This record gives sequence, C-alpha cells and structure tokens, in this order.
Amino acid sequence: MRYSAFRLFLEGLQGQSGWKPVWRDAAPQASYDYVIVGGGGHGLATAHYLAKVYKKARIAVLEKGWIGGGNVGRNTTIIRSNYLLDGNEPLYEFSLKLWEGLEQDLNYNAMVSQRGILNLCHSDVQRDAYRRRGNAMILNGADAELLDQDQVREMAPFLDFENARFPIKGGLLQRRGGTVRHDAVAWGYARSADSHGVDIIQNCEVTGFRIENGAIRGLETGRGYIGTKKIGVAVAGSSSRVMAMAGLRLPIESHVLQAFVSEGLKPLIPGVITFGAGHFYISQSDKGGLVFGGDIDGYNSYAQRGNLPVVVDVLEGGMALMPMIGRARLLRMWGGIMDMSMDGSPVIDRTPIDGLYFNGGWCYGGFKATPASGYAFAHLLATDMPHETATQLRLDRFRTGALIDEKGAGAQPNLH
Amino acid sequence: MSQKNRLVGGQIDRSRPLSFAFDGKNYEGYAGDTLASALLANDVRLMGRSFKYHRPRGVFSAGSEEPNALVELRSGARQEPNTRATMTELYDGLTAMSQNRFPSLRFDMLAFNDALSSFLSAGFYYKTFMWPPAFWEKLYEPAIRRAAGLGRLSGKEDPDSYDKGFLHCDLLIIGSGPSGLAAALTAGRAGAEVILAEEDVVFGGRLLAEQNLLTEQCGNEWVSDVIGELSSLPNVRLMTRTTIFGQYDHGIFGAVERVSDHLPEPPADKPRQILWRIYAKRALLAAGATERPITFENNDRPGVMLAGAMRAYANRWAVTASTDIAIFTNNDDGHRTAWDLDAKGVNIAAVIDSRMDTPSSTEFEVLSGAQILDSHGRLGLRSVKVRLKDGSTREISCGALGLSGGWNPNVHLACHKRGRPVWNETISTFVPASSGDHLLRIAGAAAGIFSTHGALHSGAEEAVKALNDLDVSAHVPELPEAEDAPVKITPFWYVKSGKGRAWLDLQNDVTVKDVQLAHQEGFRSVEHMKRYTTLGMATDQGKTANVGALALLAELEGKTITEIGTTIFRPPYTPVSMGTFAGRSRGKDFRPYRLTPSHKWAAEQGAVFVEAGNWLRAQWFPTQGETHWRQSVDREVLAVRKSVGACDVTTLGKIDVQGADAAEFLNHIYCNGFAKLPVGKVRYGLMLREDGLAMDDGTAARLAEDHFVVTTTTANAVPVFRHMEFYRQCLWPGLDVQLISTTEAWAQFAVAGPNARKLLQKVIDPAYDISNEAFPYMACGEITVCGDLRARLFRISFSGELAYEIAVPTRYGDALIRRLMEAGKEFDITPYGTEALGVLRIEKGHAAGNELNGQSTAAMLGMGRMVSQKKDSIGRVLAGRPYLQREDDYRLVGLKPVNSKETILAGAHLMTAGDTVNAANDQGWVTSAAYSPHVGSSIALAFLKNGEARHGGMIRIVSPLDNLDIEGEVTSPHFIDPEGDRLRV
Amino acid sequence: MIINHPLLGPRDSQEFVYLGDASLIDRPNAMAETALDDFHDYLYLRDNPAGSHKELWFHEQGDRSWLVVTRDVTTHEITDVELASDYAKRRGRDR
Repeated sequence: MRYSAFRLFLEGLQGQSGWKPVWRDAAPQASYDYVIVGGGGHGLATAHYLAKVYKKARIAVLEKGWIGGGNVGRNTTIIRSNYLLDGNEPLYEFSLKLWEGLEQDLNYNAMVSQRGILNLCHSDVQRDAYRRRGNAMILNGADAELLDQDQVREMAPFLDFENARFPIKGGLLQRRGGTVRHDAVAWGYARSADSHGVDIIQNCEVTGFRIENGAIRGLETGRGYIGTKKIGVAVAGSSSRVMAMAGLRLPIESHVLQAFVSEGLKPLIPGVITFGAGHFYISQSDKGGLVFGGDIDGYNSYAQRGNLPVVVDVLEGGMALMPMIGRARLLRMWGGIMDMSMDGSPVIDRTPIDGLYFNGGWCYGGFKATPASGYAFAHLLATDMPHETATQLRLDRFRTGALIDEKGAGAQPNLH
Repeated sequence: MSQKNRLVGGQIDRSRPLSFAFDGKNYEGYAGDTLASALLANDVRLMGRSFKYHRPRGVFSAGSEEPNALVELRSGARQEPNTRATMTELYDGLTAMSQNRFPSLRFDMLAFNDALSSFLSAGFYYKTFMWPPAFWEKLYEPAIRRAAGLGRLSGKEDPDSYDKGFLHCDLLIIGSGPSGLAAALTAGRAGAEVILAEEDVVFGGRLLAEQNLLTEQCGNEWVSDVIGELSSLPNVRLMTRTTIFGQYDHGIFGAVERVSDHLPEPPADKPRQILWRIYAKRALLAAGATERPITFENNDRPGVMLAGAMRAYANRWAVTASTDIAIFTNNDDGHRTAWDLDAKGVNIAAVIDSRMDTPSSTEFEVLSGAQILDSHGRLGLRSVKVRLKDGSTREISCGALGLSGGWNPNVHLACHKRGRPVWNETISTFVPASSGDHLLRIAGAAAGIFSTHGALHSGAEEAVKALNDLDVSAHVPELPEAEDAPVKITPFWYVKSGKGRAWLDLQNDVTVKDVQLAHQEGFRSVEHMKRYTTLGMATDQGKTANVGALALLAELEGKTITEIGTTIFRPPYTPVSMGTFAGRSRGKDFRPYRLTPSHKWAAEQGAVFVEAGNWLRAQWFPTQGETHWRQSVDREVLAVRKSVGACDVTTLGKIDVQGADAAEFLNHIYCNGFAKLPVGKVRYGLMLREDGLAMDDGTAARLAEDHFVVTTTTANAVPVFRHMEFYRQCLWPGLDVQLISTTEAWAQFAVAGPNARKLLQKVIDPAYDISNEAFPYMACGEITVCGDLRARLFRISFSGELAYEIAVPTRYGDALIRRLMEAGKEFDITPYGTEALGVLRIEKGHAAGNELNGQSTAAMLGMGRMVSQKKDSIGRVLAGRPYLQREDDYRLVGLKPVNSKETILAGAHLMTAGDTVNAANDQGWVTSAAYSPHVGSSIALAFLKNGEARHGGMIRIVSPLDNLDIEGEVTSPHFIDPEGDRLRV
Repeated sequence: MIINHPLLGPRDSQEFVYLGDASLIDRPNAMAETALDDFHDYLYLRDNPAGSHKELWFHEQGDRSWLVVTRDVTTHEITDVELASDYAKRRGRDR
C-alpha cells in the first residue's frame, strides 16, 4: 500500500479504516535462500536492499522479540559522516547519501533532518585533529567546515563563552549531519522489505546453527528448524552470544550506553552539538525533547540499564557547555547494549564458516550507519564480495594489524 | 478577592493569604495551597493545552502524576517550563503563565489541529511530508517544530546553584503514607539509621487527603504524633520535598531534594535543589498508588479529574473544582469522593457506577450499571451524557467529574532494575513481582495492599523483616485502628460508543482510536504501540494512561493483560531538573584546576595560561610592548637558543620505581632495553601498548641499583601509571618492585640554553660537580641546592639545547623558580611557556601528543629499530604484525614551505604534485606546525607515506577546509642540530 | 555499583577504572613460535558471556590495587572480589 497525500486524505475521511499492517506477521517457512538474524535496523535494512537492489528472493528476517526493539529503537538519532580514517569514512558517507534519499526509497517518512552537527574544540591540539579529520572528510567526498570561535558563537550563542572552564576555540561542522526519527527507520525498512516479499518473523529466537563440513545448512529456532545456506547475523549487542552458537569468539565486548531525553520544549537547539572537553552531546527532537548522551558506563553489561555516575558526568558536561538547560527537566534515561569492538570500528565480513556472514561491532555508532551497513551486508550476502565502501571492515584486521582505530585507544573496547 | 470554590476545613493556613498571578491575572490563595488548589479555589478550571490537538485542559490530579496542568513558572532566567501546578507550592508573588498556546489560553490558534484530527491520526507523519523531498527541512519540519514542544526555556544561564550529597542508611523508606510512617516508627525505635523520604511538602500521604482512614483518631493527628516522635530520634533523617527518582545497583538510590522551590528564589546560602545519592543497606518502597481514570468520549475537558484527587482537594486544601460534581466509577472508592464532598456541602449531581451492584446513598443519586457516553463544555465541563442501565440516556449538568477506575500501585522504583510487575486479577492491577530484590521491600498500596489497616501493618512488618536481614531486632509497634475495607472493583476501562475521540493519554493526545489504528497497522507489541502512538511518552510518563491502554491492547489482541505485559520502567520516577545532576560542576568549577608550583609566580609575571587537561600552564610570558602572541613566543624561543630559559615541566608524569627487580620490570615495560642502564644515567624510553602501537614516551633515570624515576607525557601520566601497575600486579606479581606516582611531589623545571650550566652552578650546592665531564649529557643524580635542600638533576633536553631538568620537593617550587630567575639575570634568563616549548621541540623533531596519538607505530616515529627483539617487552609481539611492518608505511618527516612566507597548518594533508586531491591519493598529514624563528619560516612535522625515502623531495600541502594549497619541501624532522652537538657541550 | 574491596571494604565503583576480562592476566608466552596467533587471541577475542564475568578493576582513586571482580553482567550482582595479584599467582604468574 503506497502512502500518498491523497491516500492520507481519503483515509481521514473514512476513519482510517483502510490502512493495512505495515508488515505482515509472517510465519516461518521450512527453508529460505537467505536468513537475516536480527530484526533491528541493520537486519531490516539488509533485507530491504537484498530484495530491492540485489533482487534476491526467499528472504527471512528472524527477530527474537519485536522488530526495532534494540539499538535502532534506543539511541540518540544522530546521522553524520565525520570520520577520520579511510576504513570508515567511505561507508559513513555512503550511508549519509542513502539517508538523503531514504524517504523516497522507502515511501516512508523517517524525518531525516539535516540540521547539522557541530563538534566543538577547546584546544589547539584538538583543532589540529579536527582539521585533519575535516580534510579527510572532504577528500572522501563529504562536507566539512572548520569554524572559529566567532562562527560558533553565531550558530550557538547560548553556549558558555564567558565563564567556561575549557573555553570554546572553534568547531568542526558538517551541515549534512543531523537526526532521524529512529523507530521509523526500522518500520520503514520493514515495510519496504515486506512489500518486496521478505518474511519478517517476530518472536523467533535462534537457538542454534546447523553446520556440516564447515558450511551452514540451517538454523534452529524457537519456532522450528529453518533450512538455509546463507545466514547474515546482525544482532549488535547480542553478537557474541549468537556467534558463540557457531563456535566463534569475536573481538567484541557488550557494554551499556545510556541516553537521555528531557521534557518537551519549544525549539532551542538548532542541530547536533558535541562538547569537546567532556562527555556530552545534544540535539532537540521534532517533538521538542532535548535528546542527549555521553560516554558508555565503561563495564561489560547486558543489563540495558546504567548507573548514576555516568548520568552525573553527562549532565556536568551539559551544564558546563550550555548552562541554560539547568531548569529543563530530565524525563527519561535508558540504556542499550553496545557491541563494542576492539578498535572501535565495525565488521562486515564472511566468517570461517561457509555461508555464515557477520555484521557487528558498531560500538555506539551503529544507528547512523544503518542504510550503508544494510546495503554493504546485502552486497556481501548476494555477491560474496565486500562492498566497495566496506573493504577494510574485515574480521582478520586484528590479526594483520590493519586496525581502524579512530580514537587511538588500543585494544580496549570501553575506551572507544 | 473571591475564592468561590473554597470549602470549610482543610489543612491550609487561612491566616496567611498569598497573592499570585496566572496568565497575568491576580488571585489569592493561602499558605499550604498548591498552584492547582489555589486556581481551583478561584474557579479557574482551564489551566493548559494538550500537546497535539491543543485541547483545553484543566487539572486532572493532585500529585506528581499530573498530565494537564503544566505551566511556565517564574519569569526571566528562572522561567521553568512544564511545571506541574499540582506540585507547585504557592508562595506570595508567584507568577505562572500557561504554555503551548498562541496567542492565549482561551483562544489558541493551534487548536485548528483539533478540527483536523481525523487526518492527524497516530503516526500520520510517517506517511506524508515526503513531497517534494526538499521541503522537509525547509517547510514541514520547521512548522512542526514550532508547533511541537511544550513550554519555553528562557535561553539564559540558570542563575541558581545546585549541590550534591551522599547519604548512608540502614533503611531508606520511600513515601510517608500509613505504610511508610509505620515502617519509620518501627525502624526508628529499633535504633536503625533511617531515612524517610517524601516527595510531598509534608508527611502523611493519603492520610492527609482522606477522611476517616483511622477509626479512633484523625489521620492528621496520628501523623503529627509519629513525626514528632521520629524527629526526636537522632537515628532518623526526615526529608520532605524529596523524590527518590531512581533505583540503581547495589542499594544506591538517586534522590532530589527541592530545597528552595517553594520560595520566590533560593536564599543566598541555599541551593535550589540537591542531588542525593543514598546508599541504603535496605529500602522499603511505600510510594502508594496512583488512581486511573475511565475512558469515554471527550473525557478530557477542564473539570474532568481523578476522583481521589477531588477528595484530596476537598479534604486537604478545602477546595472543589465546582459546586456541582458527578462521579464515574467502577469501584467502591469512587463513592468516597461523593461522601466527602457531600459532607462539605458540594452538590453531588450523580454517582455513575458501571457496576450493577453498587453501594447506595440517601444523600445523592447513584446510577448503577450506567456509563458516561460523552461530555460537553468547550473551555470547561458543563454536562455529561449518561447511558442508564435501561439503555436510555440522560444529560447531567455538572462542572466537574471525578473518575475512579481503580488504583495502580506505584511499582516504578521496584522495576528500575528491569523487573516487570505482575497482574493481580483479584484487585485488577499490576503489583510488583514477588520474587523481588532482597534489597528492596514493598509495603502498603505500592504492594497492592489498599486498606489503611493493611498498609500500616505491612509497613511495620516489612520494616521488621528488612532490619532482621541486617541483624537488627525490631518489633511491630502499636498501630492505630484503621479501616480495612476490601477492594471492590469490576474492571471497566473504556466506554464503547460512537465515533468520537476518547482519550487515554491526555497530554500526548492518544485516543482509543489511535491504539486501535496502531493495532490495525501491526503495531501489536506493547513497545510498538507505545512508540507508534507516543502513549506514555509525555512528561507524566503515562502514569494515569498506560494501564488503560494495555487493557485496550489486550482486548484487541484477545489476550490477557498479563500476556501483553508492560513497557520498561525507567528512571526518573518524575522528571528532575538537569542542573541538579550537575551540581556545582559548571562554569569554571566544571573540573578542578591543577596549578603548577610556579603558578603564582607566573601569574605575577603576567603569563597567559592554557588548559592542559586539568592543569593550567603558562602558555607564554608577554613583556612590555608585545601585542601579538607570536612576538612573545619568538622571543622566548630565541632566548633559549641564545642564552638560557626556564620552564615549569612539573606536569609531566613522574613515577618512582623501586625494588630489586626495578630494572627487569622496566625492561619489560619499555620496548627498548633498560636492564643495563648504569646508575646515574637517564635513557629515553618508548612504551608500547600490548597491541604494538606507541603508548607514551619519556625518560627513565636510574638513581640507584634499585631505584628509577620514570617520566611520562602530561596527558598520559595517569594511564601510564595504571598500565605499569597492571603489569606489576597482574602479570608479574613475583617481581620485587614498587611504584608510586610522584607527579605532585616534585616541582620540576627545565633549564635550557647554552648558559644553562652556568646558571645552575649558581644554584646547586658546590659539593656537586655538574661540569660536562662530571655530569655529561643523559646524566642524573640526587643533589642539593640552595644550601642542603634535596633535589634531583637530570641532564635531558626537549629543546635540543644544553639543558637540565631540576626537581625539588613541590613546596620549594615557587622559591626555586624565583631563585633561578634571580640568579639568571646576568644571562638574561627568559621564562618560557608551552608555546615556545612546542616550537623548540618541533624544531628539534621530538614527537609529542599530536604524533603520539595512539595510532602510531614505533617505526612511524622513526624508532622502529628501538624495539628490542632480544627480550619480551609489552607490545613487541603484536608490533610485528604484517600491516604494522609494511615498508611504505608513514614516517615522521619535516616540512618547510617552498615559499617561506607561506604557513603550513597542522591537520593539512599531503598530496603528490599533479594528483587529484582525493582520499585515494592521500599521502599523509601534517601533525604539528609552528613558525620557527630559528629557520625563519613556518615548519612542520608530518607523517608521510614512505617518508624516510622522500627527504629533499617536494610535496603538496593541502587543507581544503582552509583553501590552503601550497608546495613544501620534505626534510628530516630535525630542523636544528641533527647531530646533537648542542646537547653535549 | 559498590565493590567490596578485600582490603578497604565497600567502595563506590566510581573510584575504580575498568579494564575488562580477567583473562588478560593469562598473557601468552611471547617467545613461543605461535606467539602472534596466541597474542591475537589473548588481546582481541573475548568470551563476552551474558552471565558471570571475571573482570579487572583498578582502584585508581584509592589504594591502586587491581582487583578481580566476579560480576553477573546481566544483573550487575557481584559475587566475589579479590586482589588481582592473588588471583594471578594462583594462575601461575610470577615474574
């Protein structure tokens, strides 16, 4: 069912009675050509591109709970392609371009809003690093601008310029960055995948892989055995648990990241702003809530909830950066499980098991990558070759030393 | 001034009238009022507008669950949006404005949305605003953003202060109704350390809002007796205006105390609010319950409210929303409201009870088996349309309607650690799961024990159990006689009738139809329904909305409420001001300052300071006539190269390494060899992480066989110490070695320049020979200065000049810099700051933070051969990975612009001339750049692919960000004295 | 969270810095022929279990002890805390 202004008008007149389910509630079939494990943003996007771009059929997405219930439904909605390293930047820039055409591609309004992302710097060393990064972005075809203090002040006069412990020296601006209505991404991909014949199967937990002679034959689920020769796993925080069923250990730890939203307020903050001298970033949703976050709690966790020290740390940063938010109220805090990789960058690759493909290690940056991650994963599943924007996102890079370590933090996931 | 709806009695102080203004109009209330009760007393029912349809709304509750009566409280920088009128204590001169309306509360142009509501169903925005694509950011979104949001922040800095504190107790009691007070009495008498926290202004909970809960005593009196006793106990801390907003791990609770919100502004010596972190060995949740409404068409008009809230207004604040009220209930509790208000002389138009079997009354009409179909009244309720038992309908005039659909225990805090409540069929409500956390017990209405007798006894008994867990003996005290009525309820959620809208979530305008549409479109899990409709996502977090919607979803799915389940309960219990979390950590106090030992002296010299982590360091020392920083820095650099300069380098990390195995330990920690370093010698050391990349560099000085002093970079002082302790404790616990950080213990100064020795000879006690022969380059030793003051001397150089670092105990740092400056006068000694330090080290080609950024290998830094293959050191194995050993990898080089007038920028990238400027052709980047007064042009350090082989070649230096595109020459990174002769003179 | 330090008693986890899986104590033999593979597995691969987890915490704002904490990472419940040096010695580490 295509959405259009006319259709909306018509349904308004007839009491909305004609809308059909956004996706079918499919029951698992005995076998598929492709099975995507994980009905999150990345899994659903993979199914969409696999069906629509790579024209594959007999595809299922298996979701343990309800689709979009993981990090795509629990993040701070930011999109950007302001990465430094050549291993990352092409993929994120490809993603940003896909975001820019997403509504038309999906016929679903995910509210892609390019209001800009501004990373503030507070020292010469930081500005030098931003210049290197901004130039790398431009070299990769992305947009970037380096702002001085006056330009930052013009954009965001409400920042603390007078009394700051770490004065704002300038910032790196990407105007094409912004935010997206996160839940709608999952629903939009699900709707499109479904319309291309993909079976989206909820409440279907994978309990084991059937592997014969080093090759995938199928998988066991809570709803019975499903035969398939190609499985793409995109389960974020559950990566280690799922891949352990295939006997694989990953360069990944699961950590908790908290995020926060305030009560609704009239428009206050133009785009996304990140603090460079503390852990704090913020944007304002179309509904008016200030959406913000900071650092991960720092310890392994599958609990999907965090603790007070990080809440305090984040809001100390917030008040230091923009002391006008003191009287706004924090409405809700939540936590998600991050698949923190050992160098802070993701993996989209084959595994030693034939027919088993892995997409994960997105750390806390997976949301913005959703379209490109899905596209590149679909490409890999369909062609057995890495997508041109994901050639470095290999599992064996830790063995060869071709690390993609944006922060230079080393093999310590909680520092990425 | 009239308070038309003020009743007799109540707990307000009529001797203290207070004046206040709402939307610019002046009113009067009494001390003890809330803004909501005072407005109701003045017959103001219209208090706000809803989020989406901008429907007129009045106060719905009498507590923190309020969805409707949100105002902008105060004005100017103290303006506080979305403030619940029900939680706002009245003070004299209070001003409040209605919000989310334009131009006025009565005439809101955005109420146009309401007329369009048939097109603005749940999730309509996902289906439209897509054509043409470019219009979203330009047209649709700005319009939506302006219409959305609720109240306005001032945009000005919050002028109030906040504070943080930590509290510890045996038992934290959350809530002070009958169960909380009984628990506090029990635990207080047992001698336990008790905290009793109450979000309200006063203790008592529902005891203040109800009549006749206690049979032989007035509820108020018992409350004041108990509080009187508790306040006499030193082991009990009583906290009102304190909301426990979250339960965290291991018995840690977050609380916010609103210290000054009931005052026009905080007193000079008081914060506005305090964030308490409460460490409780045990906690008792006695947070009571929240009433839920019954849903019917147009159930959102001003005047429609919870029946229990009506009672609270009447009994506690002596206020009624109208002189004619009706009640719609599905349980016996709703009838209480009618009795209480009837007793106060309010006309009860009717009690409409959906049950067939209802209590009867001689005082007012009870319509059993009846339902409300609709209501009327644009800006305030006028009448309700009732369908009677026999199917006929009747219009009943009333100015207010009390809704009672049963009570939901306030289980939130019991569920913050991801527990889910369970549905109890008998009392038709969610109660906390019985297999709860042993740290948190639950009593009274929060546990689904709704009678006062039950609440009192469960409070006391749970307190006894909690204390017994802690081996404290406690006993249930004598408790007052109290009503023990059973819960009589027949679930009834919403009236099924015509085509109109019936609200579930009042603030976010989520109606029964919206939930039905969501279900029709496949949003059938409770989380999908919530997210698609936005139910429960408003400032009240759906406290009065969620359970009704779950019941509806259960009906649509043909499942039980238990099967449907709830969404996740997340902190905070009620919204908390963001400034409270930050406390004092804002502005200049965001992080503490670390000051160097020479800070006071440097400030006297007029130094300009710069942040380096938490340190504040002198950046340069302007002298008279210098108007640009470059003038000062160039002068400082040249002075060092020409004569002598001094710089405070205390911020560099210093780690004392002692023990018989100290040398062996360092031999493992550094990639280069340390086992054979002689006593009295310093060696440069490169430390790798286990992944083989450079972590930090510094020096290690061997002061004795079993004693080294290691230095680190300023930024890595803490991580390096942690790293070394990890290897000491976790990998080689058998080594005889001890570490201690002495960064703060020693004040250390670099004394650099050709005259450095001559200067130091004037300061160092004559017993110590520091001639070039006796104390050559890379020598170190323990010495005395200024007459027997112990000190350490290292002949090391960051600048490339003859240089020393001299260290004295920190408390003598200020004296030493003054002595050095005094003694150095004859050499024109020049203090230099971090800028000159940076220029000097770039000229010398030393790596610093920009090069040691965690992404560099030893080989990139030109130190590949330093990694000893003869021993096992941290990082050696993985540094050998093929990608890290490739021949054409980046190498540190120097750069000079071909045209010496041009400036190289750090962060510029390098391209081969003639190549297209893109990522594929990227040859490297500039890490550090400076103007070199020695070279007489801009110079830079850079990482260049295969750079070692490209010295003398040309490279294009581009920074598209700055429109920079210049030609540069690749050089050795050593711009001065590559042979190191100056170091050794 | 609260970590019951074996020497100092209960301390807020905020005083500590987290490193990760206590398997980092089991550093392979750097001189072995398989060292490159062994170190890859040691440094990069993790069990990352959803359950009981032995992990390293450093009491940075305290006595500088490294501790091995046994914690359920699904509930955050801590069942055991010991000095990492004791644990390491038991695992055969010496010098």
